[in-house]
Parts: sequence; C-alpha cells; structure tokens
Amino acid sequence: MSIEVRNLSKQFGTFAALRDVSLEVHSGELLALLGPSGSGKTTLLRVIAGLDVADAGQVLFHGEDATDQHVHERQVGFVFQHYALFRNMTIFENVAFGLRVRPKDVRPPDAEIRDRVHELLKLVQLDWLAERYPHQLSGGQRQRIALARALAVEPKVLLLDEPFGALDAKVRKELRSWLRRLHDDMHITSVFVTHDQEEALEVADRVVVMNEGRIEQIGTPDEVYENPASPFVYEFLGNVNLFHSRLHRGRAWIDGIEVDAPEHAEAEELAAVAYVRPHDIEVDRVAQGEAALAARVTHVLSVGPIVRLELIREDSEDKNPIQVEISKERFRELQLVRGDQVFIKPRRFDLFPNQIH
Amino acid sequence: MSTFKQHSILPGFNLALGFTLLYLSLIVLIPLSAAFIRTTELTWQEFWFTVTTPRVLASYRLTFGAAFAAALVNAVFGLLVAWVLVRYRFPGKKLIDALVDLPFALPTAVAGIALTALYAGNGWIGQYLEPLGIKVAFTPIGVFVALTFIGLPFVVRTVQPVLEDIESELEEAAAMLGANRLQTFSRIIFPTIFPALMTGFALAFARAIGEYGSVIFIAGNMPMVSEITPLLIITKLEQYDYAGATALAVVMLVISFILLLVINLLQWWGRRRSALA
Repeated sequence: MSIEVRNLSKQFGTFAALRDVSLEVHSGELLALLGPSGSGKTTLLRVIAGLDVADAGQVLFHGEDATDQHVHERQVGFVFQHYALFRNMTIFENVAFGLRVRPKDVRPPDAEIRDRVHELLKLVQLDWLAERYPHQLSGGQRQRIALARALAVEPKVLLLDEPFGALDAKVRKELRSWLRRLHDDMHITSVFVTHDQEEALEVADRVVVMNEGRIEQIGTPDEVYENPASPFVYEFLGNVNLFHSRLHRGRAWIDGIEVDAPEHAEAEELAAVAYVRPHDIEVDRVAQGEAALAARVTHVLSVGPIVRLELIREDSEDKNPIQVEISKERFRELQLVRGDQVFIKPRRFDLFPNQIH
Repeated sequence: MSTFKQHSILPGFNLALGFTLLYLSLIVLIPLSAAFIRTTELTWQEFWFTVTTPRVLASYRLTFGAAFAAALVNAVFGLLVAWVLVRYRFPGKKLIDALVDLPFALPTAVAGIALTALYAGNGWIGQYLEPLGIKVAFTPIGVFVALTFIGLPFVVRTVQPVLEDIESELEEAAAMLGANRLQTFSRIIFPTIFPALMTGFALAFARAIGEYGSVIFIAGNMPMVSEITPLLIITKLEQYDYAGATALAVVMLVISFILLLVINLLQWWGRRRSALA
C-alpha cells in the first residue's frame, strides 16, 4: 500500500516540528527518514501512524484520505525505539496481543492464534523464547519480538521509529541487514526513522533527508550521497571539506584554483563554498600545473584499506584542517609522513553560493 | 555468617546488618514478644475464654470487616485519585495532591471529631442522610467511614509513582495493535500497577486494623454493635486486666500477621507476573 503525505505542518508550542512536508512512499518500498534530532522525522512518522495529529495537511493511504482515521483503523504496524513490549506478558502473549484484542466475531480461534504466533516467532528466529518474559531478553531480541508483534496484525504499512537506536553497534549492524532481508521477503511498505546516515544509506530503497521540519532531499542512497541537493545534506551525509570560493559567469575560484562551473553561468561575483568529499581530493608530491594548493601533512591514520590524512593549507589564511582519504596503494606510492609538503586538487566538488554565511 | 556475606564493594555489611537487627529487636520484636509473654499468665482455658466471648468476637468482626471494606474502597478510589493526579492537568492539581496527605498528618482524634460532626444526625452531611434512613455516626458505617478516611493516602501514594512510570509508548503500542481503551487498561496498565495497588491495599488495611483515635469518636462504642477490638483492649487495661488485654492483642497480632502474609503472597504472585524490565 502506498502512502502519501500532503502539506503537513505541526507545531509544538513555538517549535515547528513539520513545515509543509509533502512526501510519497511507493508501495512495497523501504524508505528511511534521515535527519538530526529535532528535524521532525519522528513527528512525521507519528503523524503517518495516527499517534500525533498534524495542524494542517493530509495523510493518504492508497489514495484514500486517512487524516481523520483512528490509529487502529489505519492497519499500521509500529515499532518503537525502546521496544514497548508488555512486560507483564510472555513473549508469546506479546505477539498474540493484537489478535487477542480483536472483537469476538473477527478474532481467530485459539489454535490459529497459536500457529500464527509461532510462525512469526520463527520468522524472527526466536521461537525458543516463547515462554520467556521481555526482561529476560537482550535488546536485539526484544526489538525482533516487537517487530513480530507489529506484524501479527498483518499491517499494510510498517513504521519503525529509530528501531536500532537503543542497540549496541554490532547488534545494530546485524539487525540492519536482517531487516533488509526480511523486507525483501515480505515487500511490505515500510518507513523507518534514523539519525544514522550509514544505516539509512545501507538499508533503504530511498532516503528522505530532513532538517528543521523540512525535507531537504529525497532520493536513492546513491543519489543523495553522490549528488547532495544542499549544503546540509552534504554535511550530514559523511565527511566533507569546505573551501571558500568565488563564482563569476560560469567560472569558479576554489581557494584560488580556477575551474569551470557551467551551472553557475548567471553568477556575478558571488561568494560561494565548495564542498569536496575527502576521497575526491587528489594528493601529489609535486604540483601538477597551476591548479593545486600547497599543504602540509599534519596527521596520518593508516589503519585499514583507506588512509586518512589531515592537511593544513600553507598559502591560505584558512587554517581549518582538510580531511583526505586515499587508497593504501596510493599512500605507498607517495610514502607520506607527517610534515611532508603535498599539493592537492579537488577532483569533484559542488559549489553552493553563500546564503547566510 | 561468612556464607551469607556476599562480596560487595560497599563496606559495612556486618555493621549494617547488626544494627538493623538490634534496632528491629528494640523497636518491634521485644515489645511484641512482651505481649506474648504477658499472655502466658493466663491458662489456655482462660485465654480461650477471654478471646472468644461474644462481645470480643463481635469486635473482631467489626474491626477486620470494616478495615477490609475500607481498604477495598480505598483501593478503588485511591487508584482513581492517583489516575486523575497522574493523567490529567487541571487547575488546583497541586493543592489536591497535597490534600491527599492530610489524613497522614492530622491527629486521628481530630479526624474522628470532624467526621462525627459531619455525619451526626444534625451534621452537614448527616442531616441529609438521616431522612433517607442512613445513620452513619455511632454505627458500624461510621467506623467504616473513619477507616476509609485514614487509609486513603496509602493507596494513592503507592500507586502514583508506578502509574507515572508507565511509558506512554506502551499504551500507544496497544492502540496500534487494535486494543481499545478498556483492553489497554485491563491487560496492560492494571497488571503493571497491581503489585503497587496490593501494597497500598495492605498498608491501608493494616493501618485500619490498628486505628483507634478516629474510630472511637464516631463509632459510639456500643458493645456488640460498634465496638472495635482496640477499644476493648483499652477497656481491659483500664480495668487493670493486663493479661486479658494482651490476650486480645495477641489475637489481633496473629490475625494481622496472617492477613498481611496472604497479601504479600498475592503481591509476590502479581510481581512475578509483571516482572520489572
């Protein structure tokens, strides 16, 4: 089932959690709402679920207006960050809850409930824990039970609020790829909220980057990572170096290096900032032509296949360190040590004219 | 001794345990055992006769019956008060919250006199009840009213923090799974607060069994009708029948102990079912 959100706004006192947010979730996709805390991503999820009511705007399920529908009419499964398992019930009863509370005429018989619950427990690979209580389970197990419980009522849509947020790094990684596989098997329209960009990029079909109650960019993980639409997205998705620049009629000067900038043909003497990813910077021992910046190596971290360098520009008043990532082979070729002089050149960059800098 | 002692980073286990035992002995155990020792002045026949006269039996019925009924009423309405205080925001909430503690602080005799003045035939409330054929003051109902008054804070104060701790997420989760409000309350909230409710009930009950000050004013203290056991004990003391008084005390102690034990078992059972996460 597809979800559509139209012009949602929501205000908490003087704080605007959502500002005119519109979004479409395609049927069967796994969508990530990514943003820092306070960006409105959880509020958006809760409005879709019906747990919060927006001040303005519409929520549509499969083209039908669900704005005024009550939570349990929406057929939505919800997974909470802190699991929200019922601690007075066994795992079995937790999963069975959604079926047991159905009105008599639509409630499945006990035997069917039992089969269904065991089926779901097998799906989350925790069948052997049926008679335990939630407090006897680890965090990762609890979250899988919470997922099984949400799936028990056969929801049309699955919403997950920071589902891995309370777990440690290793379990989080495992559960992440497990969720991806589960989604590939079930194809239930799912939306999950996260502040972890790695998680969003790794798991989701599409990523919605949110900031201050607005959507900054929607796209596949590749799109948002490779072509960030705004400085915010650039900075939020991974490390980035900032270079002061100047734009003039399709030409740009990035810290003095002149380059082509055809997409800024109309710019007239504009101050701008160039965003360059650490792996999009070329490093050399000798200057290749004019277009290179002199810098000095101040730090080398050579653990793993990627070598991270920290450089300080020599002939610029901008003394913010520059992060550079090069391959191990390139590092061996250059044989860099701390204190060496190098010449750097941005290979790929995006220019954003200054707004309020 | 060393087998009990667990390795702990906190020092002073022996000292703390020793002090606890000494303190409990001085304050609780020795006075209580004195009651038992005093009772041994009586032979079994005398003892049995003293504690089973019709007047005494009637007083047990009233004391335990009224205390139980009052604790039950307090459990229901105390839960309601706690619920309102936790869940809703309204002007004067802080004031009401403070009022709940009043029965703790008020001298019980004052409470008794106030209640009697209210519920007597010519009192503010009594004047409307009397024509309906309901007499409160100087009847067992009066005893029940007084015991309800003094027991209220126990339930409210034990349930309140537990209710506050219930995450709204639990209720939201239940709602998302299709449960209505009643199902959410009966299946999720009530089992969670049940142990605390039982504690509050037990405290209110225990307090009511031992209550003396407020009851004697409103009860009228008619033998066989509205006379509570603590009053009989005082009466015997005033007649210098110390052995008889302690005999009644022993019976009350034993019954109270058994009742509290039962309540504790119920609580243990409830807690095991809603083991804390």
